[in-house]
Amino acid sequence: MEIDLRYRGNVLVVTLKGELDHHAADKLRQLVEKELDKEIAIHLLFNLPGLTFMDSSGLGVILGRYRRVNAAGGKVGACSLHPYIERLYQMAGLPRIIPVYESEEAALVSLKR
Amino acid sequence: MENWFELRLPALSQNEKFARTTAALFALQAGDWSLVEINEIKTAVSEAVTNAIIHGYHECCGEIIVSGTVAAGVVEFTISDAGQGIADVETARQPLFTTKPEHERSGLGFTVMENFMDEVEIDSTLGQGTKVKMTKYLLRKVQ
Repeated sequence: MEIDLRYRGNVLVVTLKGELDHHAADKLRQLVEKELDKEIAIHLLFNLPGLTFMDSSGLGVILGRYRRVNAAGGKVGACSLHPYIERLYQMAGLPRIIPVYESEEAALVSLKR
Repeated sequence: MENWFELRLPALSQNEKFARTTAALFALQAGDWSLVEINEIKTAVSEAVTNAIIHGYHECCGEIIVSGTVAAGVVEFTISDAGQGIADVETARQPLFTTKPEHERSGLGFTVMENFMDEVEIDSTLGQGTKVKMTKYLLRKVQ
């Protein structure tokens, strides 16, 4: 899985491309944690138009990052989910704590509010 | 047209993708699944294989057997390991329950399997291993 990290102001945007499973989860966790340790970002956005598969291991790593960012007072969002991914996401009840947006721009407007 | 397969794999995380993709391809022989259904099969198999690696073998060193049978309108997969086994299957099936919260496990593996497949049977003995059998039926509206 490809992972791209960049900043839009105080939002760390994590763009994933490929399949997020247990095998890919460790690398994602490490890269995002390392970036959050720099304390540049307050909020976190998972930008997922390129994510073609996710199982509950993916949910675990996303939730883990939510706990960290939320504990520090930040917000987390996800955008551009493929319908298969959104189905799993909804099943886990995630939209209540990590809102889903149609696009990166819509997400950024909301997170920075 | 009936068929079967059996795959023996080391319990390595890089085999999760291989196992679920193989299962999805095999399932196509049952008939004309929708893309959503194929994704459900892929995800359910991925969950079971991941469980065998993480919980059966604690991420190291063991063998997983992924097997499947298919006939018109139905596919069944069995994922077996000879690992730790499950102490209490009913508790393990509860949504969000996990024995490894420190590893950021969501505790949703069995919930996903049960939502995405039509039948899930778990057979486990502590110290000997676990076998998860999952079945999906291809249902179509009667014309």
